[in-house]
Amino acid sequence: MRRIFFLLALLAAQPAIADSNLPPAYWSDRQLPNPKQEAQAQALMDELRCLVCQGQSIADSDAELAGDMRDLVRRRIAAGEKPAAIRAWLVQRYGSWISYKPTSEPAAWPLWLAPLALLLIGGFLIRRRITR
Amino acid sequence: MSRAVRFAPLLLLALIVAALVWRLARPTDTSVHSALEGKPVPMFTLPPALPGKATLSTSDLATGRARIVNFFASWCVPCITEVKVLQELKARGVTIDGIAVRDRPQDLAEFLATNGDPYERIGNDAQSKVQIALGSSGVPESFIVDGAGIIRYQHIGPIERGDVPMILARLEQAR
Repeated sequence: MRRIFFLLALLAAQPAIADSNLPPAYWSDRQLPNPKQEAQAQALMDELRCLVCQGQSIADSDAELAGDMRDLVRRRIAAGEKPAAIRAWLVQRYGSWISYKPTSEPAAWPLWLAPLALLLIGGFLIRRRITR
Repeated sequence: MSRAVRFAPLLLLALIVAALVWRLARPTDTSVHSALEGKPVPMFTLPPALPGKATLSTSDLATGRARIVNFFASWCVPCITEVKVLQELKARGVTIDGIAVRDRPQDLAEFLATNGDPYERIGNDAQSKVQIALGSSGVPESFIVDGAGIIRYQHIGPIERGDVPMILARLEQAR
């Protein structure tokens, strides 16, 4: 009985082990006093990928590293830095992986061209039906 | 409709299934690699992590000798086993600097007292700022920095016993 209790307690303690003992960074869950700057920060945070929970944006993630990144984004926006510059700074470090915004690099060309190609194919098919 | 066209959807399905099976058999590498390999370590200065222990800044890294910069934390479980391997590396003459991520001095002192201290210097990165600046995404993670302060290699996850020869070879290359 005691052993089972201990094991259960250990299970419950698991998530706590993966986190530090420090409180979240100051600006991680606090809005900037300037609404325009906060909106800019929010828009950028929605487009930055969390390094820990890789399917989430840093705005959505509860990971500590995401909190530290939100703090970084808000601090830099508050200091007057442009969102594009902050994004570029992060891309320099993590590659375009970190940004959800599609780039214009050759790797993304199929993404931009696919809708056009599909539209052309669709148009062609319709024309064939009509003229038959 | 011709016969070939009728079977096209089936062929498409087979292709999709083949692609899925292939990806399941060889999963993608989900670790995020730093884009700074081959580039100089960005400028940073960290406050000391412990009283009486030297701290770390960029200027301490370009000293003419290759070294390991290790991101770790007292709250990180794999770091406990890694620190023993780091001590082996230290015994072989490797210089190791530490960056303690989101750590408190009292926890750090306890961690080093129980598990040993292979670090020449330890900087205190309370808000993961230097971790982000170096393109690192977790603990433990290690960077091999050459004598000119250029990042030569990023090791994601703990350095294990089996990695020692590879790490020593990379340090030799970075000399």
